[in-house]
Amino acid sequence: MSETTPRPPRDWAPWLVLPAVLLVTLPLMSFSTWITLTVAGAAMGMMLFLMASGLTLVFGLMDVLNFAHGAFVTVGAYIAVSVLGRLTGWAGSDSVLLNLAALGIAVLSGAIATGGVGWFVERTIIRRVYGSHLQQILITMGGLIVTAQIVIALWGAQPLLVPKPAMLRGSLLLGASAIESYRLVAVALGLLLYAAVHTVLNRTRIGLLVRAGVENREMVEAMGFRIHRLFIGVFVAGAALAGIGGVMWGVYQEIVTATIGDEMTVLIFIVVIIGGLGSITGCFQAAILVGLTANYVGYLTPKLALGSNIALMVIILLWRPRGLFPVAKQ
Amino acid sequence: MRTLLRLVSGDRPGHPVASLLLLALLIALAFAPFLFPGTRSMAAAGRICIFIVLAASYDILLGYTGIVSFAHTMFFAIGAYAVAVPLAKGWGGWDAIALGTLGGAAIAASLAALIALLSLRVRKIFFSMITLAVASLAQILATQWRDVTGGEDGLTFALPRALGPAFRLLDEPFLGVRFDGRLITYYLIFTVCLVLFWLMLRIVNSPFGRVLLAIRENEFRAEALGYRTVVYRTIASAQAAAIAAVAGALMAILLRYNGPQSTLSFEIMVDILLMVVIGGMGTLYGPALGATVIVLAQYYLQPALQAVSDATASLPLLPALFHPDRWLLWLGLLFILIVYFLPAGIVGTLRKRRA
Repeated sequence: MSETTPRPPRDWAPWLVLPAVLLVTLPLMSFSTWITLTVAGAAMGMMLFLMASGLTLVFGLMDVLNFAHGAFVTVGAYIAVSVLGRLTGWAGSDSVLLNLAALGIAVLSGAIATGGVGWFVERTIIRRVYGSHLQQILITMGGLIVTAQIVIALWGAQPLLVPKPAMLRGSLLLGASAIESYRLVAVALGLLLYAAVHTVLNRTRIGLLVRAGVENREMVEAMGFRIHRLFIGVFVAGAALAGIGGVMWGVYQEIVTATIGDEMTVLIFIVVIIGGLGSITGCFQAAILVGLTANYVGYLTPKLALGSNIALMVIILLWRPRGLFPVAKQ
Repeated sequence: MRTLLRLVSGDRPGHPVASLLLLALLIALAFAPFLFPGTRSMAAAGRICIFIVLAASYDILLGYTGIVSFAHTMFFAIGAYAVAVPLAKGWGGWDAIALGTLGGAAIAASLAALIALLSLRVRKIFFSMITLAVASLAQILATQWRDVTGGEDGLTFALPRALGPAFRLLDEPFLGVRFDGRLITYYLIFTVCLVLFWLMLRIVNSPFGRVLLAIRENEFRAEALGYRTVVYRTIASAQAAAIAAVAGALMAILLRYNGPQSTLSFEIMVDILLMVVIGGMGTLYGPALGATVIVLAQYYLQPALQAVSDATASLPLLPALFHPDRWLLWLGLLFILIVYFLPAGIVGTLRKRRA
């Protein structure tokens, strides 16, 4: 009889937060409003997840905190402006398929462009400052400023309009609640990409190595894997995901300024802190949570909407100082 | 010389060049109205004094304690608004200035302590992220809460008569300089800044300051030696916030105006980071030099960029990159290069060379 090491009891409490928020808010408003707000919150949450997932993985894997992550969002949003501006024929047509194709091309080009920028940033900026948080924060802050300024130099300082594909502008009526169709697209894309990230992390060999690296980097290195190559891959993929988030967010807002990434940076940080640095499940749940809270509070008490996300973070941190789903770290 | 050394708690600048530069800076600032007459240069001198204090107070956090805060401009702005709001509401007078300054410092210190207790307890890196979030909230609040802060337009106000340009201390100019309210304002700012800087030298060279250094170097060891590192970090954070608030009050007095752009904007946070990093983190003298360099650069960098932009007007893209509004781009690049190649800053590098 071999003795097995006792497993730590599974921690269920964090899983209950999201359902609790959904249930508590239901009696506070009419059902149709609740549906509308929930879809809006979920859509915002999905986009936040795309933007934040790369940051949390990069931190978990390499202990690198990239304050310039918001710059990828900005670049993605501006790529959306350029691509959709050239595809006005497709984006303006009555065919939903052509509309989606235009959006798809924008998303793909955004991912490729920001992936490239991410690769460049990792090579030139990040790789020199491994191990020192202070230098990482300072250097990536410098990178954030420089990227924003280059974006202004290339696209101009004035706000730009993003042509949202024609058929995605209206709302669908579901019972008594109106749901913007673009939000449904955002939710679908977000779920698809979350499933993809989840599958890669949990079902492939590379994912296994990434998860092992997050848990214990030295051990993976000692087994002979070149974790740095893996890290570049994760960094580029994270940048590409943030770029996709930027494309979707830019189209959603329909107007893009050079500070769009900076504005999202704060929300991204809140998501990453609430979820627990390094955890992709936590990142997903926290993103939805932040999206929902922002929408519910914005409807119930608009004056409190400003501070609602920070209040949420404070409450969660007081309850769970390391976030909802902390990753085991040495 | 010995009394001077004792006055600065035996904290030498560490290199003859650094000492000379600092002495020259002190003399230049002490006699600025006489050496560089004119409203513009006196405003620049006042700005340098205030930013020396602001950057040095940030250095207590960044250089001595090793924590990165992005909320330092928020405390700067709290001090500025604490003076500006009562004066703009018509409660003009010395009591408003004094109470506003002290109240602003107290609010800033308590807020800083609250943020620190909440986040430093968890993880040092959370502190940076949370301060960024809180600072952005403060920025939104300052622009939205129009009744009190005046929104984007900010607040313009009148100072007590003795600080106004019409006031005359002496009827005749002395050494070619009129002894008017502006001169009094400048020397008020200069004196308060000098005292604050001296106070900070005392803080970092006290036993308390040594503990901060110990925490920066090795947190575990400091904790193992019996120091409650969270408490020390929280106190350092509150002290830095209070000093920044007083600097903010001085800024409002200097400008006779306060708004989000003058004390709260993200650009100012970047400036502070640059000043501390260029001058040398953890030296206190370094940020003083860094602040001088950056403030002077702001006065002269934009015209220089305009010249380059005009010279390259026929080339593609380059004029856009050298546009005077793109000065932040060049400061950002400079910042990255300095973090790479000169991580100890001016004073730190000089000290290393000596040792």
